[in-house]
Amino acid sequence: MNSAILANFAYIVAAVLFIYGLKELGSPATARRGNIISSVGMLIAIVVTLAAQGIIDFRWIAIGMLIGGIIGVLAARLVAMTAMPEMVALFNGFGGLASLLVGWAALYGSSVSEFTIVTIVLSVLIGGVTFTGSMIAWAKLNERITGKPIMFPGQSIVNALLMAAILVCAVLFAYEPANVNFLYAIIVMSFIFGVMFVIPIGGGDMPVVISLLNSYSGLAACAAGFAIDNLLLIVAGALVGAAGIILTGIMCKAMNRSLGNVLFSGFGSATASGGGETGEVKPISAEDAYYILEAASSVLVVPGYGMAVAQAQHVLKELQGLLEKNDCEVVYGVHPVAGRMPGHMNVLLAEADVSYDALLEMDEVNQKMETYDVAIVVGANDVVNPSAREDESSAIYGMPIINVDYAQTVFVLKRSMAAGFAGLQNPLFFKPNTRMLFGDAKESIGAVVREFSG
Amino acid sequence: MEIVYPAFILVLAIFLGFELISKVPATLHTPLMSGSNAISGITLVGALIASGTGGEATSTFLGTLAVAFATINVIGGYLVTDRMLGMFRKKKGAAENE
Repeated sequence: MNSAILANFAYIVAAVLFIYGLKELGSPATARRGNIISSVGMLIAIVVTLAAQGIIDFRWIAIGMLIGGIIGVLAARLVAMTAMPEMVALFNGFGGLASLLVGWAALYGSSVSEFTIVTIVLSVLIGGVTFTGSMIAWAKLNERITGKPIMFPGQSIVNALLMAAILVCAVLFAYEPANVNFLYAIIVMSFIFGVMFVIPIGGGDMPVVISLLNSYSGLAACAAGFAIDNLLLIVAGALVGAAGIILTGIMCKAMNRSLGNVLFSGFGSATASGGGETGEVKPISAEDAYYILEAASSVLVVPGYGMAVAQAQHVLKELQGLLEKNDCEVVYGVHPVAGRMPGHMNVLLAEADVSYDALLEMDEVNQKMETYDVAIVVGANDVVNPSAREDESSAIYGMPIINVDYAQTVFVLKRSMAAGFAGLQNPLFFKPNTRMLFGDAKESIGAVVREFSG
Repeated sequence: MEIVYPAFILVLAIFLGFELISKVPATLHTPLMSGSNAISGITLVGALIASGTGGEATSTFLGTLAVAFATINVIGGYLVTDRMLGMFRKKKGAAENE
Protein backbone atom coordinates (compact mmCIF):
# COMPACT_ATOMS: atom_id res chain seq x y z
CA MET A 1 0.00 0.00 0.00
CA ASN A 2 1.47 3.37 -0.87
CA SER A 3 1.99 5.98 1.79
CA ALA A 4 -0.60 8.42 0.42
CA ILE A 5 -3.37 5.88 0.94
CA LEU A 6 -2.04 5.11 4.39
CA ALA A 7 -2.07 8.82 5.19
CA ASN A 8 -5.69 9.08 4.10
CA PHE A 9 -6.68 6.27 6.43
CA ALA A 10 -4.95 8.06 9.29
CA TYR A 11 -6.85 11.22 8.28
CA ILE A 12 -10.09 9.28 8.78
CA VAL A 13 -8.98 8.49 12.32
CA ALA A 14 -8.18 12.17 12.89
CA ALA A 15 -11.60 13.21 11.56
CA VAL A 16 -13.32 10.71 13.87
CA LEU A 17 -11.39 12.12 16.84
CA PHE A 18 -12.43 15.69 15.86
CA ILE A 19 -16.07 14.65 15.66
CA TYR A 20 -16.00 12.72 18.92
CA GLY A 21 -14.10 15.54 20.61
CA LEU A 22 -16.70 18.10 19.51
CA LYS A 23 -19.44 15.83 20.80
CA GLU A 24 -17.74 15.60 24.20
CA LEU A 25 -17.35 19.40 24.24
CA GLY A 26 -21.14 19.54 24.48
CA SER A 27 -21.34 18.76 28.18
CA PRO A 28 -19.45 20.46 31.03
CA ALA A 29 -18.50 17.15 32.63
CA THR A 30 -16.77 15.77 29.52
CA ALA A 31 -15.71 18.97 27.76
CA ARG A 32 -12.09 18.94 28.87
CA ARG A 33 -11.62 15.36 27.72
CA GLY A 34 -13.31 16.27 24.44
CA ASN A 35 -10.79 19.01 23.80
CA ILE A 36 -7.91 16.63 24.51
CA ILE A 37 -9.38 13.99 22.18
CA SER A 38 -9.65 16.58 19.44
CA SER A 39 -6.03 17.66 20.01
CA VAL A 40 -4.90 14.03 19.69
CA GLY A 41 -6.68 13.98 16.33
CA MET A 42 -4.69 17.04 15.32
CA LEU A 43 -1.43 15.47 16.46
CA ILE A 44 -2.11 12.35 14.40
CA ALA A 45 -2.91 14.48 11.36
CA ILE A 46 0.33 16.45 11.72
CA VAL A 47 2.59 13.44 12.35
CA VAL A 48 1.11 11.47 9.46
CA THR A 49 1.47 14.45 7.14
CA LEU A 50 5.11 14.86 8.07
CA ALA A 51 5.79 11.13 7.63
CA ALA A 52 3.76 10.11 4.63
CA GLN A 53 3.08 13.05 2.34
CA GLY A 54 6.39 13.15 0.55
CA ILE A 55 7.90 15.88 2.67
CA ILE A 56 11.62 16.00 2.05
CA ASP A 57 12.69 19.28 3.60
CA PHE A 58 11.99 19.73 7.30
CA ARG A 59 14.13 22.81 7.96
CA TRP A 60 11.58 25.48 7.17
CA ILE A 61 8.80 23.49 8.78
CA ALA A 62 10.81 23.26 11.99
CA ILE A 63 11.42 27.01 12.01
CA GLY A 64 7.76 27.81 11.30
CA MET A 65 6.47 25.40 13.93
CA LEU A 66 8.96 26.60 16.52
CA ILE A 67 8.02 30.25 16.09
CA GLY A 68 4.30 29.49 15.97
CA GLY A 69 4.53 27.09 18.90
CA ILE A 70 6.30 29.55 21.16
CA ILE A 71 3.86 32.35 20.36
CA GLY A 72 0.90 29.99 20.79
CA VAL A 73 2.04 28.64 24.17
CA LEU A 74 2.85 32.10 25.51
CA ALA A 75 -0.42 33.58 24.30
CA ALA A 76 -2.49 30.76 25.77
CA ARG A 77 -0.69 30.87 29.12
CA LEU A 78 -0.47 34.61 29.59
CA VAL A 79 -3.82 35.88 28.37
CA ALA A 80 -6.15 37.15 31.09
CA MET A 81 -9.58 35.58 31.11
CA THR A 82 -11.14 39.01 30.61
CA ALA A 83 -9.16 39.36 27.38
CA MET A 84 -10.51 36.08 25.99
CA PRO A 85 -12.68 37.66 23.26
CA GLU A 86 -9.62 39.43 21.83
CA MET A 87 -7.62 36.20 21.98
CA VAL A 88 -10.28 34.22 20.14
CA ALA A 89 -10.47 36.97 17.52
CA LEU A 90 -6.68 36.88 17.02
CA PHE A 91 -6.60 33.09 16.69
CA ASN A 92 -9.46 33.23 14.19
CA GLY A 93 -7.51 35.76 12.17
CA PHE A 94 -4.32 33.70 12.15
CA GLY A 95 -6.24 30.62 11.04
CA GLY A 96 -7.75 32.62 8.20
CA LEU A 97 -4.37 34.00 7.15
CA ALA A 98 -2.84 30.51 7.18
CA SER A 99 -5.61 29.25 4.89
CA LEU A 100 -5.05 32.20 2.57
CA LEU A 101 -1.35 31.34 2.34
CA VAL A 102 -2.05 27.63 1.79
CA GLY A 103 -4.47 28.49 -1.01
CA TRP A 104 -1.95 30.85 -2.57
CA ALA A 105 0.84 28.27 -2.35
CA ALA A 106 -1.41 25.74 -4.10
CA LEU A 107 -0.92 27.84 -7.24
CA TYR A 108 2.62 26.50 -7.41
CA GLY A 109 1.52 22.86 -7.03
CA SER A 110 1.69 20.17 -9.68
CA SER A 111 -1.78 20.14 -11.25
CA VAL A 112 -3.62 23.44 -11.45
CA SER A 113 -6.95 22.90 -13.16
CA GLU A 114 -9.68 25.52 -13.58
CA PHE A 115 -11.45 24.01 -10.59
CA THR A 116 -8.29 24.40 -8.52
CA ILE A 117 -8.12 28.07 -9.54
CA VAL A 118 -11.68 28.63 -8.34
CA THR A 119 -10.93 27.01 -4.99
CA ILE A 120 -7.67 28.96 -4.65
CA VAL A 121 -9.61 32.19 -5.17
CA LEU A 122 -12.20 31.08 -2.61
CA SER A 123 -9.65 30.19 0.07
CA VAL A 124 -7.74 33.43 -0.51
CA LEU A 125 -10.94 35.45 -0.40
CA ILE A 126 -12.45 33.86 2.72
CA GLY A 127 -9.07 33.66 4.44
CA GLY A 128 -8.33 37.33 3.69
CA VAL A 129 -11.71 38.55 4.94
CA THR A 130 -11.32 36.42 8.09
CA PHE A 131 -7.84 37.82 8.70
CA THR A 132 -8.48 41.56 8.47
CA GLY A 133 -12.02 41.21 9.84
CA SER A 134 -10.63 39.50 12.93
CA MET A 135 -7.91 42.12 13.32
CA ILE A 136 -10.53 44.90 13.29
CA ALA A 137 -12.66 42.93 15.75
CA TRP A 138 -9.58 42.52 17.94
CA ALA A 139 -8.85 46.26 17.80
CA LYS A 140 -12.47 47.09 18.63
CA LEU A 141 -12.53 44.68 21.59
CA ASN A 142 -9.22 46.03 22.77
CA GLU A 143 -10.54 49.56 22.36
CA ARG A 144 -7.63 50.43 20.13
CA ILE A 145 -10.29 51.78 17.81
CA THR A 146 -13.75 52.98 18.76
CA GLY A 147 -16.30 50.30 19.58
CA LYS A 148 -18.97 52.43 17.94
CA PRO A 149 -20.07 51.56 14.41
CA ILE A 150 -18.02 53.40 11.79
CA MET A 151 -20.23 54.46 8.93
CA PHE A 152 -19.67 56.85 6.03
CA PRO A 153 -21.84 58.00 3.15
CA GLY A 154 -21.80 55.62 0.21
CA GLN A 155 -20.50 52.72 2.28
CA SER A 156 -22.82 50.22 0.63
CA ILE A 157 -21.83 51.49 -2.83
CA VAL A 158 -18.15 51.04 -2.01
CA ASN A 159 -18.87 47.52 -0.75
CA ALA A 160 -20.85 46.62 -3.86
CA LEU A 161 -18.07 47.95 -6.12
CA LEU A 162 -15.49 46.01 -4.12
CA MET A 163 -17.48 42.80 -4.47
CA ALA A 164 -17.92 43.35 -8.20
CA ALA A 165 -14.18 44.04 -8.62
CA ILE A 166 -13.31 40.83 -6.73
CA LEU A 167 -15.67 38.87 -8.97
CA VAL A 168 -14.18 40.36 -12.15
CA CYS A 169 -10.63 39.61 -11.00
CA ALA A 170 -11.64 36.06 -10.10
CA VAL A 171 -13.08 35.45 -13.56
CA LEU A 172 -10.06 36.99 -15.30
CA PHE A 173 -7.72 34.93 -13.15
CA ALA A 174 -9.58 31.72 -14.02
CA TYR A 175 -9.07 32.50 -17.71
CA GLU A 176 -5.45 33.48 -17.31
CA PRO A 177 -3.94 31.66 -14.28
CA ALA A 178 -0.41 32.57 -15.39
CA ASN A 179 -1.09 36.22 -14.57
CA VAL A 180 -0.62 36.22 -10.81
CA ASN A 181 -1.38 39.94 -10.62
CA PHE A 182 -5.07 39.09 -10.59
CA LEU A 183 -4.53 36.97 -7.49
CA TYR A 184 -2.58 39.77 -5.80
CA ALA A 185 -5.48 42.11 -6.53
CA ILE A 186 -7.93 39.62 -5.02
CA ILE A 187 -5.80 39.31 -1.88
CA VAL A 188 -5.61 43.08 -1.41
CA MET A 189 -9.32 43.52 -2.04
CA SER A 190 -10.26 40.69 0.32
CA PHE A 191 -8.21 42.44 3.02
CA ILE A 192 -10.08 45.69 2.38
CA PHE A 193 -13.38 43.83 2.33
CA GLY A 194 -12.66 42.28 5.75
CA VAL A 195 -12.12 45.76 7.19
CA MET A 196 -15.27 47.13 5.54
CA PHE A 197 -17.23 44.15 6.84
CA VAL A 198 -16.44 44.69 10.53
CA ILE A 199 -16.11 48.50 10.97
CA PRO A 200 -19.87 49.23 10.76
CA ILE A 201 -20.62 46.73 13.53
CA GLY A 202 -20.88 48.01 17.11
CA GLY A 203 -19.06 46.53 20.10
CA GLY A 204 -22.33 45.24 21.56
CA ASP A 205 -22.81 43.06 18.48
CA MET A 206 -19.36 41.50 18.80
CA PRO A 207 -20.72 38.08 19.91
CA VAL A 208 -22.30 37.74 16.47
CA VAL A 209 -19.18 38.88 14.63
CA ILE A 210 -16.83 36.60 16.57
CA SER A 211 -19.06 33.60 15.91
CA LEU A 212 -19.29 34.48 12.24
CA LEU A 213 -15.52 34.94 11.89
CA ASN A 214 -15.08 31.61 13.66
CA SER A 215 -17.26 30.07 11.01
CA TYR A 216 -15.27 31.79 8.23
CA SER A 217 -11.96 30.48 9.58
CA GLY A 218 -13.39 26.98 9.18
CA LEU A 219 -14.75 27.68 5.72
CA ALA A 220 -11.36 29.10 4.67
CA ALA A 221 -9.68 25.85 5.75
CA CYS A 222 -12.37 23.97 3.88
CA ALA A 223 -11.73 25.94 0.68
CA ALA A 224 -7.99 25.39 1.09
CA GLY A 225 -8.77 21.68 1.37
CA PHE A 226 -10.40 21.77 -2.07
CA ALA A 227 -7.44 23.71 -3.45
CA ILE A 228 -4.87 21.13 -2.33
CA ASP A 229 -7.19 18.15 -2.70
CA ASN A 230 -7.13 17.16 0.98
CA LEU A 231 -10.26 15.60 2.44
CA LEU A 232 -9.31 16.12 6.09
CA LEU A 233 -9.17 19.90 5.60
CA ILE A 234 -12.58 19.76 3.95
CA VAL A 235 -14.18 17.74 6.75
CA ALA A 236 -12.60 19.60 9.69
CA GLY A 237 -13.17 22.98 8.05
CA ALA A 238 -16.82 22.16 7.39
CA LEU A 239 -17.35 21.05 11.02
CA VAL A 240 -15.96 24.36 12.28
CA GLY A 241 -17.90 26.32 9.66
CA ALA A 242 -21.14 24.67 10.74
CA ALA A 243 -20.37 25.23 14.44
CA GLY A 244 -19.77 28.93 13.85
CA ILE A 245 -22.97 29.31 11.87
CA ILE A 246 -25.01 27.65 14.63
CA LEU A 247 -23.51 30.00 17.24
CA THR A 248 -24.14 33.00 14.98
CA GLY A 249 -27.78 31.95 14.69
CA ILE A 250 -28.14 31.58 18.46
CA MET A 251 -26.64 35.05 19.02
CA CYS A 252 -28.90 36.71 16.43
CA LYS A 253 -31.96 35.02 17.91
CA ALA A 254 -31.01 36.25 21.38
CA MET A 255 -31.13 39.81 20.03
CA ASN A 256 -34.24 39.27 17.94
CA ARG A 257 -32.42 40.54 14.88
CA SER A 258 -31.53 39.05 11.54
CA LEU A 259 -27.92 38.51 10.57
CA GLY A 260 -28.35 41.11 7.83
CA ASN A 261 -29.53 43.64 10.38
CA VAL A 262 -26.50 43.01 12.59
CA LEU A 263 -24.03 43.25 9.71
CA PHE A 264 -25.38 46.23 7.84
CA SER A 265 -27.54 48.42 10.05
CA GLY A 266 -24.83 50.13 12.11
CA PHE A 267 -26.96 49.47 15.17
CA GLY A 268 -26.21 51.75 18.08
CA SER A 269 -24.94 54.56 15.89
CA ALA A 270 -28.12 56.54 16.52
CA THR A 271 -27.84 58.71 19.60
CA ALA A 272 -30.27 58.24 22.48
CA SER A 273 -33.59 58.42 20.71
CA GLY A 274 -36.88 58.55 22.55
CA GLY A 275 -35.04 59.10 25.80
CA GLY A 276 -38.06 61.02 27.07
CA GLU A 277 -38.63 58.69 29.96
CA THR A 278 -37.39 60.22 33.16
CA GLY A 279 -38.27 59.88 36.76
CA GLU A 280 -36.63 59.65 40.07
CA VAL A 281 -33.82 57.22 40.59
CA LYS A 282 -33.36 55.90 44.10
CA PRO A 283 -29.72 55.55 45.09
CA ILE A 284 -28.89 53.20 47.92
CA SER A 285 -25.87 52.91 50.17
CA ALA A 286 -23.83 49.75 50.64
CA GLU A 287 -25.09 49.57 54.21
CA ASP A 288 -28.77 49.60 53.19
CA ALA A 289 -28.03 47.09 50.43
CA TYR A 290 -26.53 44.84 53.07
CA TYR A 291 -29.69 44.98 55.23
CA ILE A 292 -31.88 44.00 52.29
CA LEU A 293 -29.53 41.21 51.22
CA GLU A 294 -29.25 39.88 54.75
CA ALA A 295 -33.03 39.41 54.85
CA ALA A 296 -33.18 37.82 51.40
CA SER A 297 -33.54 34.09 50.93
CA SER A 298 -32.95 33.98 47.19
CA VAL A 299 -30.77 36.25 45.09
CA LEU A 300 -30.32 36.43 41.34
CA VAL A 301 -27.19 37.98 39.87
CA VAL A 302 -27.34 39.24 36.27
CA PRO A 303 -23.83 39.98 34.98
CA GLY A 304 -22.97 42.01 31.90
CA TYR A 305 -19.95 43.44 30.14
CA GLY A 306 -19.50 45.92 33.01
CA MET A 307 -18.63 43.01 35.29
CA ALA A 308 -15.77 42.09 32.94
CA VAL A 309 -14.55 45.69 32.77
CA ALA A 310 -14.61 46.08 36.57
CA GLN A 311 -13.18 42.56 37.11
CA ALA A 312 -15.93 42.11 39.67
CA GLN A 313 -16.35 38.32 39.32
CA HIS A 314 -14.09 37.38 42.25
CA VAL A 315 -15.69 39.73 44.74
CA LEU A 316 -19.11 38.55 43.50
CA LYS A 317 -18.11 35.01 44.34
CA GLU A 318 -17.09 36.22 47.79
CA LEU A 319 -20.53 37.81 48.25
CA GLN A 320 -22.12 34.58 47.06
CA GLY A 321 -20.26 32.63 49.77
CA LEU A 322 -21.41 35.03 52.49
CA LEU A 323 -25.02 34.93 51.30
CA GLU A 324 -25.02 31.14 51.15
CA LYS A 325 -23.66 30.99 54.68
CA ASN A 326 -26.66 33.13 55.57
CA ASP A 327 -28.99 30.45 54.09
CA CYS A 328 -29.66 32.42 50.96
CA GLU A 329 -29.77 30.75 47.56
CA VAL A 330 -27.67 32.50 44.91
CA VAL A 331 -28.00 31.89 41.18
CA TYR A 332 -26.67 33.71 38.13
CA GLY A 333 -28.86 34.56 35.15
CA VAL A 334 -26.77 34.80 32.01
CA HIS A 335 -28.17 36.39 28.87
CA PRO A 336 -26.90 34.72 25.68
CA VAL A 337 -25.37 37.97 24.35
CA ALA A 338 -24.09 39.37 27.65
CA GLY A 339 -20.48 40.39 27.16
CA ARG A 340 -18.43 40.47 23.99
CA MET A 341 -18.50 36.85 22.86
CA PRO A 342 -20.81 33.86 23.28
CA GLY A 343 -20.48 32.48 26.82
CA HIS A 344 -18.22 35.35 27.94
CA MET A 345 -19.83 35.69 31.39
CA ASN A 346 -19.70 31.95 32.02
CA VAL A 347 -15.95 31.88 31.48
CA LEU A 348 -15.35 34.78 33.87
CA LEU A 349 -17.56 33.30 36.58
CA ALA A 350 -15.89 29.91 36.12
CA GLU A 351 -12.56 31.68 36.63
CA ALA A 352 -13.88 32.99 39.96
CA ASP A 353 -14.73 29.38 40.86
CA VAL A 354 -18.52 29.71 40.60
CA SER A 355 -20.05 26.26 40.08
CA TYR A 356 -21.56 25.85 36.63
CA ASP A 357 -24.78 24.54 38.20
CA ALA A 358 -25.41 28.04 39.52
CA LEU A 359 -25.25 29.58 36.01
CA LEU A 360 -28.77 29.55 34.64
CA GLU A 361 -29.99 30.49 31.19
CA MET A 362 -32.39 33.33 30.50
CA ASP A 363 -35.61 31.31 30.16
CA GLU A 364 -34.95 29.42 33.36
CA VAL A 365 -34.57 32.53 35.53
CA ASN A 366 -37.44 34.37 33.83
CA GLN A 367 -39.86 31.61 34.83
CA LYS A 368 -38.96 32.02 38.49
CA MET A 369 -38.38 35.78 38.49
CA GLU A 370 -41.11 36.63 41.04
CA THR A 371 -39.54 34.26 43.56
CA TYR A 372 -36.22 36.13 43.74
CA ASP A 373 -36.05 38.54 46.67
CA VAL A 374 -33.24 40.52 45.12
CA ALA A 375 -31.94 40.72 41.58
CA ILE A 376 -28.46 42.27 41.36
CA VAL A 377 -27.61 43.69 37.95
CA VAL A 378 -23.83 43.95 37.62
CA GLY A 379 -22.75 45.97 34.61
CA ALA A 380 -25.60 44.80 32.39
CA ASN A 381 -27.90 47.28 30.73
CA ASP A 382 -29.57 46.51 27.42
CA VAL A 383 -30.19 42.82 28.28
CA VAL A 384 -32.37 43.89 31.23
CA ASN A 385 -34.03 46.89 29.56
CA PRO A 386 -37.83 46.58 29.90
CA SER A 387 -38.25 48.77 26.79
CA ALA A 388 -37.62 45.60 24.82
CA ARG A 389 -40.91 44.33 26.19
CA GLU A 390 -42.96 47.50 26.61
CA ASP A 391 -41.90 50.21 24.21
CA GLU A 392 -42.72 49.43 20.60
CA SER A 393 -40.77 52.45 19.39
CA SER A 394 -37.58 51.24 21.07
CA ALA A 395 -34.70 50.07 18.89
CA ILE A 396 -34.43 46.88 20.92
CA TYR A 397 -38.19 46.17 21.01
CA GLY A 398 -38.80 42.42 20.76
CA MET A 399 -35.37 41.38 22.02
CA PRO A 400 -35.72 38.70 24.69
CA ILE A 401 -34.49 40.12 28.01
CA ILE A 402 -34.04 38.96 31.57
CA ASN A 403 -37.08 40.43 33.32
CA VAL A 404 -35.32 41.57 36.48
CA ASP A 405 -37.99 44.23 37.05
CA TYR A 406 -40.37 41.42 38.08
CA ALA A 407 -38.14 40.46 41.00
CA GLN A 408 -39.06 41.80 44.46
CA THR A 409 -36.17 44.26 44.59
CA VAL A 410 -33.62 45.15 41.94
CA PHE A 411 -30.14 46.48 42.65
CA VAL A 412 -28.47 48.07 39.66
CA LEU A 413 -24.71 48.50 39.97
CA LYS A 414 -23.66 51.23 37.64
CA ARG A 415 -20.92 53.76 37.26
CA SER A 416 -23.21 56.64 36.34
CA MET A 417 -26.49 57.35 34.61
CA ALA A 418 -24.96 57.11 31.12
CA ALA A 419 -27.02 55.26 28.55
CA GLY A 420 -26.19 51.66 27.66
CA PHE A 421 -24.28 50.44 24.66
CA ALA A 422 -27.23 50.80 22.32
CA GLY A 423 -27.49 54.41 23.44
CA LEU A 424 -30.93 53.82 24.92
CA GLN A 425 -32.38 55.07 28.14
CA ASN A 426 -33.31 52.27 30.50
CA PRO A 427 -36.71 52.61 32.25
CA LEU A 428 -35.61 49.90 34.68
CA PHE A 429 -33.70 52.56 36.64
CA PHE A 430 -36.93 54.44 37.35
CA LYS A 431 -39.07 51.48 38.49
CA PRO A 432 -40.37 51.69 42.06
CA ASN A 433 -38.58 48.46 43.11
CA THR A 434 -35.21 49.50 41.68
CA ARG A 435 -32.32 50.79 43.79
CA MET A 436 -29.16 52.20 42.23
CA LEU A 437 -25.78 51.38 43.73
CA PHE A 438 -23.53 53.90 42.00
CA GLY A 439 -19.81 53.43 41.60
CA ASP A 440 -17.33 50.87 40.33
CA ALA A 441 -19.00 47.44 40.50
CA LYS A 442 -16.01 45.82 42.19
CA GLU A 443 -15.84 48.50 44.89
CA SER A 444 -19.61 48.56 45.43
CA ILE A 445 -19.79 44.81 45.97
CA GLY A 446 -16.64 44.97 48.08
CA ALA A 447 -18.36 47.52 50.33
CA VAL A 448 -21.37 45.21 50.75
CA VAL A 449 -19.04 42.30 51.51
CA ARG A 450 -17.33 44.38 54.21
CA GLU A 451 -20.75 45.14 55.76
CA PHE A 452 -21.37 41.39 55.94
CA SER A 453 -18.02 40.61 57.49
CA GLY A 454 -17.97 43.52 59.90
CA MET B 1 -9.74 16.11 -9.32
CA GLU B 2 -13.21 14.74 -9.30
CA ILE B 3 -15.47 17.45 -7.87
CA VAL B 4 -18.50 15.47 -6.80
CA TYR B 5 -16.78 13.19 -4.30
CA PRO B 6 -15.28 15.89 -2.00
CA ALA B 7 -18.43 18.00 -2.40
CA PHE B 8 -20.45 15.04 -1.17
CA ILE B 9 -18.22 14.71 1.89
CA LEU B 10 -18.43 18.48 2.46
CA VAL B 11 -22.22 18.40 2.61
CA LEU B 12 -22.28 15.46 5.01
CA ALA B 13 -19.68 17.11 7.27
CA ILE B 14 -21.71 20.34 7.42
CA PHE B 15 -24.84 18.43 8.47
CA LEU B 16 -22.84 16.51 11.04
CA GLY B 17 -21.46 19.79 12.41
CA PHE B 18 -24.97 21.23 12.76
CA GLU B 19 -26.12 18.12 14.63
CA LEU B 20 -23.13 18.09 16.96
CA ILE B 21 -23.19 21.75 17.92
CA SER B 22 -26.89 22.49 18.26
CA LYS B 23 -26.97 20.63 21.59
CA VAL B 24 -24.17 22.56 23.31
CA PRO B 25 -25.37 24.52 26.39
CA ALA B 26 -24.72 28.27 26.57
CA THR B 27 -22.22 27.80 29.40
CA LEU B 28 -19.80 26.15 27.00
CA HIS B 29 -20.14 28.54 24.07
CA THR B 30 -16.72 30.17 24.56
CA PRO B 31 -14.72 26.93 24.95
CA LEU B 32 -16.66 25.50 22.04
CA MET B 33 -15.65 28.46 19.93
CA SER B 34 -11.99 28.39 20.85
CA GLY B 35 -11.89 24.59 20.65
CA SER B 36 -13.46 24.52 17.19
CA ASN B 37 -11.15 27.37 16.22
CA ALA B 38 -8.20 25.14 17.10
CA ILE B 39 -9.65 22.50 14.77
CA SER B 40 -9.75 25.06 11.96
CA GLY B 41 -5.98 25.14 12.38
CA ILE B 42 -6.10 21.87 10.42
CA THR B 43 -5.00 24.06 7.55
CA LEU B 44 -1.56 23.38 9.09
CA VAL B 45 -1.60 20.07 7.22
CA GLY B 46 -1.80 21.97 3.95
CA ALA B 47 0.87 24.37 5.14
CA LEU B 48 3.29 21.52 5.93
CA ILE B 49 2.83 20.06 2.46
CA ALA B 50 3.36 23.46 0.81
CA SER B 51 6.43 24.17 2.91
CA GLY B 52 8.25 20.86 2.81
CA THR B 53 7.70 19.09 -0.49
CA GLY B 54 10.64 20.84 -2.10
CA GLY B 55 8.63 22.82 -4.63
CA GLU B 56 9.29 26.33 -5.84
CA ALA B 57 10.85 28.79 -3.45
CA THR B 58 7.64 30.86 -3.42
CA SER B 59 5.67 27.82 -2.32
CA THR B 60 8.19 27.04 0.43
CA PHE B 61 8.10 30.64 1.64
CA LEU B 62 4.30 30.90 1.68
CA GLY B 63 4.06 27.45 3.25
CA THR B 64 6.47 28.31 6.04
CA LEU B 65 4.58 31.49 6.89
CA ALA B 66 1.37 29.46 6.89
CA VAL B 67 2.98 26.85 9.16
CA ALA B 68 3.84 29.55 11.71
CA PHE B 69 0.37 31.11 11.73
CA ALA B 70 -1.47 27.79 11.73
CA THR B 71 0.72 26.50 14.58
CA ILE B 72 -0.20 29.55 16.69
CA ASN B 73 -3.82 28.75 15.92
CA VAL B 74 -3.52 25.05 16.80
CA ILE B 75 -1.28 25.18 19.88
CA GLY B 76 -2.73 28.39 21.29
CA GLY B 77 -6.30 27.30 20.57
CA TYR B 78 -6.06 23.91 22.27
CA LEU B 79 -4.10 25.18 25.28
CA VAL B 80 -6.35 28.14 25.97
CA THR B 81 -9.45 25.94 25.64
CA ASP B 82 -7.96 23.46 28.08
CA ARG B 83 -7.12 26.28 30.48
CA MET B 84 -10.69 27.56 30.35
CA LEU B 85 -12.27 24.14 30.73
CA GLY B 86 -10.03 23.45 33.72
CA MET B 87 -11.89 26.24 35.50
CA PHE B 88 -15.34 24.85 34.75
CA ARG B 89 -16.10 22.63 37.66
CA LYS B 90 -18.83 21.72 39.97
CA LYS B 91 -18.10 23.27 43.32
CA LYS B 92 -17.77 20.88 46.26
CA GLY B 93 -20.33 22.78 48.32
CA ALA B 94 -22.95 22.48 45.60
CA ALA B 95 -22.33 18.76 45.33
CA GLU B 96 -22.81 18.31 49.07
CA ASN B 97 -26.14 20.06 49.03
CA GLU B 98 -27.53 17.58 46.55
